[in-house]
Amino acid sequence: MNARFFSLGRVRAIGSNTFTELTRLRVFYVFLLFALLLIGSSVVMARLSFQQEFQVLKDISLGAISIFTSLLAILATARMLPQDIEDRTVYTILAKPVARSEYLVGKLAGVLVLLAISTAVMAALFFAALYIREQSALAETMRQMSAAPPEQVADALREIRDSTFHADLLAGIAAIFIKAAVLASLTLFISTFASSNIFTVVVAVVVYFIGHLQGTAREFWLQEQGAGWFTRIFLACVALLFPDLQLFNLNDQVVAGATIPPAQFVETALLGCFYVAIYLPLSVAVFARKEL
Amino acid sequence: MKRSIAVLVGVLLFGAARVPAEHALFTNRAQRHLVAVALDLSLREQIGQLGFIAALSGFRAIVADLLFIQAHVAWERTEWSRVLLLFGQVTSLQPHSILFWDIAAWHMAWNASAAALHNPAQPREALRIRAQREYFDLGRDFLERGIQNNPDNPKLYEALGRLYREKYKDHARASEFFAKAAEKPGAPSYVKRFALYELSYCEGREREAYDRLLRLYQSSENERLPTLIGRLKYLEEQLNIAPDQRIPDQTR
Repeated sequence: MNARFFSLGRVRAIGSNTFTELTRLRVFYVFLLFALLLIGSSVVMARLSFQQEFQVLKDISLGAISIFTSLLAILATARMLPQDIEDRTVYTILAKPVARSEYLVGKLAGVLVLLAISTAVMAALFFAALYIREQSALAETMRQMSAAPPEQVADALREIRDSTFHADLLAGIAAIFIKAAVLASLTLFISTFASSNIFTVVVAVVVYFIGHLQGTAREFWLQEQGAGWFTRIFLACVALLFPDLQLFNLNDQVVAGATIPPAQFVETALLGCFYVAIYLPLSVAVFARKEL
Repeated sequence: MKRSIAVLVGVLLFGAARVPAEHALFTNRAQRHLVAVALDLSLREQIGQLGFIAALSGFRAIVADLLFIQAHVAWERTEWSRVLLLFGQVTSLQPHSILFWDIAAWHMAWNASAAALHNPAQPREALRIRAQREYFDLGRDFLERGIQNNPDNPKLYEALGRLYREKYKDHARASEFFAKAAEKPGAPSYVKRFALYELSYCEGREREAYDRLLRLYQSSENERLPTLIGRLKYLEEQLNIAPDQRIPDQTR
């Protein structure tokens, strides 16, 4: 690749600068704090019997990670271009030998790093909460069953361990990050033609909601032949224009105890990469001709 | 204008390229029972607009948990109709969570049924017993629907076997469901024994139960548990098994 046309060094510089800018924003610390508080409070909310407790703890924690990561993806990305235009930073950057594609890729990379770190921090707290509750449940069970035969104690302890940590939790958290990455690239695409920050946020939130229903619309469009032509055209538009965000939602299955086959996770990850790989060039195509 | 049309065409072409992949992924998950069932309007009326929107936005697990906590509170207050309503909603939102089906059935068939049988507000015993049977049926209904949604999980078959054994006293059905549980991957080893214990109580099937229990007894030293030996000894008496063919008295 021609270094003048596309330089990874320049992308890295823009990305690290974007990341630094985002970490200076207090609103994101507030978000992170809310997420951490919610994950922490799930321990209190889940004081039922141990199996129910673990399910509630996992549901609330993964839900909190998902909603705050998605919000972060939309809000952080939506403000980037309007802010740079308002601050006139974009003119300074693009006046140098920096391609607009490099500028956008760098911006997205900065957001993705922020999302990865936020997801990792929230996941670490979630695992810590789960570990503490697991150890507490194990100690309690051992105390209650001190007189029981060793096989029964081992069975009870195994059941507790089975209902806490398993590898699918990591797949669920990775899917949350992938969904956030898709949302970030989609929001970047919207922001390239949007007239304001608010417009980008509103459209991205609407896409977020419709994206969770896209699967239902798509399957109805593909399978229901008896529907009228107007309905079919409407459903086709929904299926073709909006991403299927429900496909990235593995948490319900993970918490319910279903096993996520590695092949299925890889397919989901590839689909996420496919989305990002398409939305990014579309963003570049629009931004390349945008009058600044 | 031209640029907008070009971008729209690009988005539509991208859509046309990804829809087959999305459909394939969805179908694959549906075959593995990993797809959440669609939410219907009756649920919308029950859980309210906000809850329904949250459930549609990928947060159905959280909505289900909040309703589950409400059901737990209703159980503590012995508000059985509310417990039934809330568990109906919880299981509609999270049909692949075994725990919810199991707990819902347990509340109905064990707790609510016992409360109905000892209901001081109902002086007529016949009506109390009828109410108790209705709660058994509600518990069974939860388990049957849970099995429909999770046909490969042994826990709900086991729970249904236990319900038939302890509440309906139907040993044949209990044996059938314990046996079905034993066939599923990840089933605990005791359900196979439970199936045979229940079979040994079925009138007219003593010989079949004896043969199968004896095979299990002979299969491993670890299977020679007190209940199994007790049932074998009982069947030996019932079937007049020759003394030299009987199992020894002191095995463990």
